[in-house]
Amino acid sequence: MGKSKIGLIARREFNERVRKKSFIITTILTPLLMVGVMVLMVWLMNRENNRDKEILVIDRSGIVAPQLTDEGTLHYRPADRTLDEMRREAPADAYGILLIGEDIMTNPRAAELYTYESSTVDVEQAVSDQIRRIIEDRKLKAYNIENLDTILAEIDSPITLQTKTISETGETKDSSSILSMASAYIFGLLIYMFVFMYGTMVMQGVIEEKSNKVLEVMVSSVRPFELMMGKILGIASVALTQLLIWVAFITIVGGAALNYFAGDMLQAASAMNAGTAMPMEMDPDTMDQAVMLSRLTDVRYMLTLVGGFIVYFIGGYLLYAAMFAAVGSAVDNEKDTQNLQLPITIPLLLAFFVMFNAMKDPNGPLAFWFSLIPFTSPVIMMARLPYGVPGWEVIVSVVLLYLTFIGMVWLAGKIYRVGIFMYGKKPTFKELFKWMKYKY
Amino acid sequence: MEDILKVEHVTKRFANHTALDDVSLTVPRGSVYGLLGPNGAGKSTLIRIINRITAPDSGKVWLNGRELAPEDVYNIGYLPEERGLYKQMKVGEQAIYFAQLKGLSRREATARLRQWFQKFGIEYWWDKKVSELSKGMAQKVQFIVTVLHEPELLIFDEPFSGFDPINANLLKEEILALRDKGATVIFSTHNMASVEEICDHITLINKSHNILSGSLEEIRHKHGTGIFEVEFRGDREALRERLADSYTVLADSEESEAGRNALKIHLDRHKAIHALVAEINDAVEIRSFREIIPSMNDIFIKAVAGQL
Repeated sequence: MGKSKIGLIARREFNERVRKKSFIITTILTPLLMVGVMVLMVWLMNRENNRDKEILVIDRSGIVAPQLTDEGTLHYRPADRTLDEMRREAPADAYGILLIGEDIMTNPRAAELYTYESSTVDVEQAVSDQIRRIIEDRKLKAYNIENLDTILAEIDSPITLQTKTISETGETKDSSSILSMASAYIFGLLIYMFVFMYGTMVMQGVIEEKSNKVLEVMVSSVRPFELMMGKILGIASVALTQLLIWVAFITIVGGAALNYFAGDMLQAASAMNAGTAMPMEMDPDTMDQAVMLSRLTDVRYMLTLVGGFIVYFIGGYLLYAAMFAAVGSAVDNEKDTQNLQLPITIPLLLAFFVMFNAMKDPNGPLAFWFSLIPFTSPVIMMARLPYGVPGWEVIVSVVLLYLTFIGMVWLAGKIYRVGIFMYGKKPTFKELFKWMKYKY
Repeated sequence: MEDILKVEHVTKRFANHTALDDVSLTVPRGSVYGLLGPNGAGKSTLIRIINRITAPDSGKVWLNGRELAPEDVYNIGYLPEERGLYKQMKVGEQAIYFAQLKGLSRREATARLRQWFQKFGIEYWWDKKVSELSKGMAQKVQFIVTVLHEPELLIFDEPFSGFDPINANLLKEEILALRDKGATVIFSTHNMASVEEICDHITLINKSHNILSGSLEEIRHKHGTGIFEVEFRGDREALRERLADSYTVLADSEESEAGRNALKIHLDRHKAIHALVAEINDAVEIRSFREIIPSMNDIFIKAVAGQL
């Protein structure tokens, strides 16, 4: 009887929420919005990178300025006024002023870049690279080596590192750390967002039932625990539905877009997946992208990620939803939840910040431990998973997560059944602990 | 089984106060049982304990001779004081949902609901959202939801609050009809008029104690003033003189309305009524003879005041 009641309650939650206009709208709009934001970001970045930047050069050494060459959007022009004058009155259209000291050959700090807006890493890198090359060239020339130019041209050897990961079974696979990082970021962030969003939805649902006084009617027919679990599971199925719609959307739209814009590369990628030889010659950059694509279209790899995501999302969501339900049961309205939400938001936020570390150093101690601790493991493990994680770590972390979830549901259930009949006062943590011990 | 529900020595304490202190009561099968008491006396707590919403600190509740068990919720219908329905859900769908939680199949629930909606003439509410209904309308729906699974025990917490007189009357009739079909009805109220109209047993709870319990008849008799009023045709003074020796004739019966001859007489408990009637009958022609019975309201106020 109990089981079918949880089913009934979960079904109601699901039906009510999925039929809502807001659900339909967010489900459709979110992927569109995400694509839109990405397109906008790329566009803005391109625009910024394509903007011409003029740098006025004051060269007291007389060595650097003649050798400076325009590079991409960076243009160098000798300054016709002094630094002080230009400081007082900015010349039209100038991006900045480059000041080279007399002792630039011996003093590495003798180059200064003044800019009228804050400069970017790219600009600084480009400018210092050029100066360095000019100085190195000059120093090399001072050795009076014969045929220097030929030698230099000959020894110039750019390297494109081919990265491969060795799996536990000894197979090697082309890997792409850019893709891994992107997946880590996207999946980690998605878990964080989903747990927060749908956990809050559970809390709001409980508060609504409490203020509606529906609970009293419900509790005369079902046990509070069934009510809580029904709500949590019902909302979980809403989340999974939304997720599956998005996965389907991304697969179809992404697949179509790839086919349209990069059909050749896609062929190369699937050839790589199939283990056959390269169908054509490629320059290293295109090759990199093809490797990335081959991972993206590698069904097994993506299934591991999506499967992992579902397992960790369910575990993480259930763990946090139980806590959100307990908080919701303890208060009369949403305003009172802030204090009580702290123990929920702090581990979640912590997970969010550790995620950035885990993306850079997926096998470091921080990532390792936080991917085992149940309160952070869903986010952190998802950030590690794209890089490949030993099977036993995943198993231990999943087992720990699900055990903690069961314990948390049990505790939350105890708070919940007391909380739902407490009206009129803001409970403290001390009281919540007392409720856990109430005889029922 | 004579008694459907037995509450034995139930005590329930909350952090700062005791809601129920050693309360016992027995509800006979097929009765309409009134649970009376001022606000905050502990009625709702008792009802929640019977519904297994909270558990007593000590004491037991028996239903049909067995200790109350989780499955018993299927035998109980509960209308809480604070009505609660999902506002955004459609009326029909919501009623079916609650019925299913009480163990009815979807088809059975739908069929019974259609009947009830027809009976109340509210079929057109079926596809409305609860938020579109007035408070009274929502209460009707809630009432239907409560009784739909035809439980043997019905518990109504303040069922008449918020109803206009017409609908309150409709509700009263439905309650009595349910009793006639074999259900036992417990309801809590502080509306004494409704108690006198439909209850046959009551319990009066005040300050967490059961201060008065029993059938309405018994209680009234016990709290009877011993004052009888006789209406008669004949010589008023002769009657007064005749009774003066053995009985106390009350002074306030002196001024009776025009054309109506009446006396009020106090009868000591140990004296027989028939002797008094015989005495009067010898002197005058009796037109009516009745005991002046206190209203439940008077008993209620007296009992509560007496406990202070």
